[in-house]
Amino acid sequence: MIKQELKKLVVYGFFLAIILIPMLGFKSSTFEPGRAFKTLGVFLAILVLNIVVKAIRSSKRAVSVQKTPWTERMGKQINRVPRIYSIGGLLALALAFPLFADNYMIDVGITCLIYVCLGLGLNIVVGLCGLLDLGYIAFYAVGAYTYSLLNLTFGLSFWSALPIGIVLGMIVGCIIGYPTLKMRGDYLAIVTLGFGEIVRLVLNNWDSLTAGPNGLFGMKRPSLYYPGFTEDGFEWMVYYLKSLPSLYYFILGIAILTIIGVRRLDNSRIGRAWIAIREDEVAAELSGVPTTWIKLLAYALGAAFASVAGAFFAAKLSYTNPNFFLFMESCIVLCIVVLGGVGSIPGIVVAAFVLIAAPEIFRGLENYRMLAFGAIMTTMMVLKPEGLIPASRRRRELHEDIETTSKD
Amino acid sequence: MTSRQAILELSDIHTYYGNIHALKGVSCAIPTGEIACLIGANGAGKSTTLMTIFGVQRASQGEIFFKGTSIQHLRPEKVAALGVSQTPEGRQIFPRMSTHENLEMGAFLRKDKTGIQEDIEWVFSLFPVLKDRTRQLGGTLSGGEQQMLAIGRALMSRPELLLLDEPSLGLAPKLVEKIFETILEINKAGVTIFLVEQNAHMALTISGSGYVMETGRIVLADKASALLENEQVKKAYLGE
Repeated sequence: MIKQELKKLVVYGFFLAIILIPMLGFKSSTFEPGRAFKTLGVFLAILVLNIVVKAIRSSKRAVSVQKTPWTERMGKQINRVPRIYSIGGLLALALAFPLFADNYMIDVGITCLIYVCLGLGLNIVVGLCGLLDLGYIAFYAVGAYTYSLLNLTFGLSFWSALPIGIVLGMIVGCIIGYPTLKMRGDYLAIVTLGFGEIVRLVLNNWDSLTAGPNGLFGMKRPSLYYPGFTEDGFEWMVYYLKSLPSLYYFILGIAILTIIGVRRLDNSRIGRAWIAIREDEVAAELSGVPTTWIKLLAYALGAAFASVAGAFFAAKLSYTNPNFFLFMESCIVLCIVVLGGVGSIPGIVVAAFVLIAAPEIFRGLENYRMLAFGAIMTTMMVLKPEGLIPASRRRRELHEDIETTSKD
Repeated sequence: MTSRQAILELSDIHTYYGNIHALKGVSCAIPTGEIACLIGANGAGKSTTLMTIFGVQRASQGEIFFKGTSIQHLRPEKVAALGVSQTPEGRQIFPRMSTHENLEMGAFLRKDKTGIQEDIEWVFSLFPVLKDRTRQLGGTLSGGEQQMLAIGRALMSRPELLLLDEPSLGLAPKLVEKIFETILEINKAGVTIFLVEQNAHMALTISGSGYVMETGRIVLADKASALLENEQVKKAYLGE
């Protein structure tokens, strides 16, 4: 086995060298051979880690075949605690977070919560309906730009712009959904990827409307209204959420509403129809599922959640710019869904925190922090392909052997 | 076979797959309460006929009547709501749903919970094997069990007309016999059955009337017992 791995190591290293040498630049005046070796070194370290992991796994398999994995045992322990306590505890922690965190941590927390909303929205399309969408961030952009433009041109407040943003997001979702109704898998992924790029390029080049790459700025923050009593009598007072903790509580509220919404959808008739379409479209159609509408609904609802997150994002920064909506962002959201466990709500929440907070934690590594990110992803997918907290259905599917033996 | 008694009637149906003319004027009538079968070789257009009836494939010409109303313009879910049900070819069940969930999906258009529960019990009484597999995933069932599940799922919408697409495909002879016995039993419960089969002998034995299809056309239509004696059918499909 070691011999095999060494062979792999040499071959991969050779390929990497071929790819890296031109990238590091022959002509560059600041050519540093050291940089190339550093990168190679990191790569080799990952491969060595791979060998170690494989060795540990194979030895474990030999020693204890019957032992249940630690994650499952931990899951059982967690399930022992009544649900209300665990959820209440998490909620209390989330509510108390700004009290002991500094501004930087709160800011990261806000970003994490935005990605929770995005991940849960994409989960409807990818996790439940089984449509691979690589351009999801386009709907986030639609939400952000809708609020920005409505606020800047017409002075609409966050709350009156939000429903318009949601409706627009849903319409755009149907626009991408309709032509791709008959597509599946790779073809759908390519079309949605192109669509995401189209939206970004339009935002980048439509100078008169979107101010191009300069972006839009000066939007009002989300506001809260409260009754006030002045000399003229009763009046609604406006409070703009400017401080980070107030924004944090605001997005926490949106995230909780999203979680409740997605959970209810998951358990509904529509949710079952989505799963049926994911499993087998023809069979779903023959069971009387109106596949066309149900698929469009998945796109529209997924887009609606992204649109809300986008509107908040633009309002929070008071600035938006096409480069916030790169393909990389779509990838990260998709990674959150896959890493957390396709179709699993708690998994996606945890994964959003892991994937968004991890690059921040590894900021000390500077340019190598994305490498740490990649290493986490790879290790996770090797060790737990069904995700951090897999949906029960998904766990059964990937560990059929365990399931069937325990049943019979 | 007068048209007044027919639950389903096809008149001059043409269906295309892109440029391929798959059905070239199919006409037939399924008498209410009977088992009718459609036999023919691979690629004759048998499955296409069923898909066209259900509205998954659109007929470019011709008319389909279900209980006297024209249905060729309806979407599949509307056809299902009228009381037609179909098992897809090659036992397409939902592999990652349990047996119970599969059956529940079959009742997707129904809202009467007690009725659904009764029908699940009925399916279990027709196929007792499935009862032991209630919580097992569809994809882990054996081929025969999957076929039973597919038929069971189709029954869950309480259809008046059941379209069966090759229920014997890839099953052991003993299982085929068992499945055909159950089909007879379902028919006795009042469900009209339109059976598409390659296993011509079995299909004609249990059917009241039969149709023979060749390259998108119906070439023979008669009582099933007469078709069993027909020299042409004997030679081409019964191997005698």
